[in-house]
Amino acid sequence: MTTTTTVPDRGRLLRRLRRNPLAVVSFVVLTLAVLVAVLSPWLAPYAPEATDFGRTFTPPGTPGHPLGTDDLGRDVLSRIMLGMRASLTVGVLAVATALVIGVPLGLAAGYFRACDAVISRLADLMLAFPFLILAVGLAAIRGASLANAAVAIGIAQIPGIIRVVRSDTLRLKSLDFVAASVVDGAGDLWILRRHVLPNATSVVLVQATVAIPAAILGEAVLSFLGLGIQPPDPSLGTMLATAQQFAARAPWSAILPGLAIMLLALAFNVFGDSLRDALDPKGSTR
Amino acid sequence: MRGYLFTRAWQSLLTLFLATAVVFLGIRALPGDPALALAGEDRSPEALAAIRAEYGLDQSVFVQFGRFAWNAVRGDLGTSTRTGVEVTAMLGTALPVTIELALLAILLATVLGVGAGTVAAVRRGRPAEWLANGLALIGLSVPHFWLGLVAILYLSVSTGLFPASGFVPFLDDPVANLHHIVLPVVILGTGLSAVIMRQTRSSMLDALGTDYVRTAKAKGLRPRAVIGRHALRNSLIVVVTIVGLQLGALISGAVVTEQIFGLPGFGKMTIDAVFQRDYPVIQAVVLVTATAYIGINFLVDLLYSLIDPRIRVGGAAA
Repeated sequence: MTTTTTVPDRGRLLRRLRRNPLAVVSFVVLTLAVLVAVLSPWLAPYAPEATDFGRTFTPPGTPGHPLGTDDLGRDVLSRIMLGMRASLTVGVLAVATALVIGVPLGLAAGYFRACDAVISRLADLMLAFPFLILAVGLAAIRGASLANAAVAIGIAQIPGIIRVVRSDTLRLKSLDFVAASVVDGAGDLWILRRHVLPNATSVVLVQATVAIPAAILGEAVLSFLGLGIQPPDPSLGTMLATAQQFAARAPWSAILPGLAIMLLALAFNVFGDSLRDALDPKGSTR
Repeated sequence: MRGYLFTRAWQSLLTLFLATAVVFLGIRALPGDPALALAGEDRSPEALAAIRAEYGLDQSVFVQFGRFAWNAVRGDLGTSTRTGVEVTAMLGTALPVTIELALLAILLATVLGVGAGTVAAVRRGRPAEWLANGLALIGLSVPHFWLGLVAILYLSVSTGLFPASGFVPFLDDPVANLHHIVLPVVILGTGLSAVIMRQTRSSMLDALGTDYVRTAKAKGLRPRAVIGRHALRNSLIVVVTIVGLQLGALISGAVVTEQIFGLPGFGKMTIDAVFQRDYPVIQAVVLVTATAYIGINFLVDLLYSLIDPRIRVGGAAA
């Protein structure tokens, strides 16, 4: 049975996105950022851990070090490039964790009434629990690392995913093509996999696009507090933590990594907004 | 109402119990022997045994938990294994700092967020909306602890307009207190306001499109009255929910803000306790967080019925 659905066709979606200058700009920035992050081990002019004690705190614009050097004479540009790689890795890992756990739970909560009370209650509880306490606990139990930071952030994002998927499942469940499928004698799991999940993709996609920047900010906070990526591995958060001690002497080392985080997060958020607008069937700009 | 309060009370107790039990068992699963950490130089078996006996570490986890719960009910949260100070005394000095920071930040965030969100909805498609939307997007994307660092760098270190760190209790010197807390409040509050602004804008847009708003306009009410009394009041429900849900973000944000500005609050106490494996303090922190969470959610529910009299606390009418 081939049922057409409420998903806007891909051509119209792309047309709408292309007409929105913000969507185009943010997409270009994101693509560049991802390219830089993926290729940073080859693109970076220096090894991120390479120290040069003869050239500490050189200001931006110095030949050979366009963004200057830090307290150990390490190249700030190279460290920012690899830091962005770490940020994106944590962002994607965290959101993947949240999706793997959150999407099935959201589907179950929306589709099976019996599950709804338990899952939704759990999601409410998690939503208000301070994510930092969770991250702190996890770092204490399993040690501070990139992977543990990603897991903590991912767990914190599960309730948001559950809510979005649940409400879209509730909506889809009431539509005629699902009812037709039930009359056809299709099983629940088949309906969920064949009809509900594919149609919920768009809301999941939007939620993921706004969850990634939140995860990137979360990683920066954790690494800044010493609970995430550990030095000497480059991370924008740990760069800021070191820069804090020398901020008066080398302000650029405190400002540039923060700008890099903001640029990444902003590009994701703007693109997520544009995507949501383009997917909105009413075509409104909300 | 009574039935509601009863349900609410046992749910709260269950939440408190679960949160405390999970953390209690969780930290005991941590690698590292607290007795070793406490022993310092003298690590002889006798000294370790004495320490274990003193802190009850030689008993089963369940006995330890039972003792903790019984003492907590009587208002005794134990003493810090690091400093030897009573945990309740530590909370007594740390909590007021965080409560002041959090209340002022939420106040600022709500005023900024609701204000900007209303303006953005009313001035739809005009420069004011673009400005408000742009600021909210930046607010969602900027790492606020970094803004704090930059603010310290340029407003405290370079120009000396604000103190870079430290805290003065309000009762000792109100002016110095506010002077110390302004920057942390602005950093934490603006961070929270972005979410509130976006939510206000979207629910205001919904409210402005409804029939009762059109009716209010049609009968000649001044725009100010239509927006304030009809549209805004009805969108406040969503805003209150969002403010309630921001509690977790508020606590996390307070931890980081306190760390940056060197405020001796609850957040700093938490981080220090975890890094130092200070069990009694960690337990107390979780207990206080869970209690605050339950209390604030209850307040949010009560606020609903204040804003919208049709909503009766407890669901059913009357």
